[in-house]
Amino acid sequence: MGMFSSKKGKEMPAISTASLPDIIFMLLFFFMVVTVLRDAELKVSVNTPSASELTKLEKKSLVNYIYVGRPMKKWQATYGTSPQIQLGDKFASVEEIPLFLENHKITVPEVQRPGITTSLKVDGTVTMGIVTDVKTALRKANQLKVNYSAKPKSD
Amino acid sequence: MARRKPPEINASSMADIAFLLLIFFLVTTTIVEDKGVLVRLPPWSDEPPENLKMNTRNVYSVLVNAENQLLVRGEPASLETLKENTKIFISNPQRLENMAEDPKKAIVSLRNDRGTNYETYLTVYNELKAAYNELRDEMANRRHGKDFEFLTRDQQRVIASELPLVISEAEPTNFGEEQ
Repeated sequence: MGMFSSKKGKEMPAISTASLPDIIFMLLFFFMVVTVLRDAELKVSVNTPSASELTKLEKKSLVNYIYVGRPMKKWQATYGTSPQIQLGDKFASVEEIPLFLENHKITVPEVQRPGITTSLKVDGTVTMGIVTDVKTALRKANQLKVNYSAKPKSD
Repeated sequence: MARRKPPEINASSMADIAFLLLIFFLVTTTIVEDKGVLVRLPPWSDEPPENLKMNTRNVYSVLVNAENQLLVRGEPASLETLKENTKIFISNPQRLENMAEDPKKAIVSLRNDRGTNYETYLTVYNELKAAYNELRDEMANRRHGKDFEFLTRDQQRVIASELPLVISEAEPTNFGEEQ
């Protein structure tokens, strides 16, 4: 028994927490890499349909987003309940799409411009009328690479 | 003069600072889940398109009306069978008279109404694209023993040129748009 009680009375060594910040920083960097900054507050409700033939959008800087959906509750008093287009963080009309595309284009280096993709985030319940108008505006602005945003199908 | 040991910097609050940063990033970011159906729109031209005389056996026309119902080659159809029927039409395994002469000549024509639901439209488009992708996969498996996406660029190009993805979209009709 005596051999175990020899340490009695000595203080417990403090656990070193010096590596804790490193662990947390590692977590932090992980999250910084796998996430993107939330760029725009959604003013329209967008619940994209699901599809199986999906392509991943590769370079975030080459993507611009157009949202189409019904205005959220707090905006319904001003904008009604019929489907609306949202560019950036505000409501817009079809006529404003060319300028929006141009504003995005000048932020992209010239060599990468052919790779610019427009991501259409459209609510599933919206009718094709407004979507067709957006598509026509995109074609007129010669922005032909389009990605219909969709959720992966779970089957 | 006795040299004093330099005082140790207390690093215990460092973890708190890092936690704060971590939580900030968790709140302000979203996990990337940006996927979608990639399409290439046709360029805009002000002149109406030329009325190309297509052999009707090569055209697979799909119409979607404002009630989200399908009309495939003049007959009502359902979403469940669309993919299989499209695959049969394109590959035409039995060399039927009323189906595509050759996958290269086949054209899928999609037309919808301004009142069609976007969800239905995307599902139809997805099924048509899936038909082509499955045919490409089958051909890739026959020739190289692996799926299309694992082939080299050149192999992919050969197969894609033999099974070109042609989905032509006509100007939508306007019968049932919501006001």
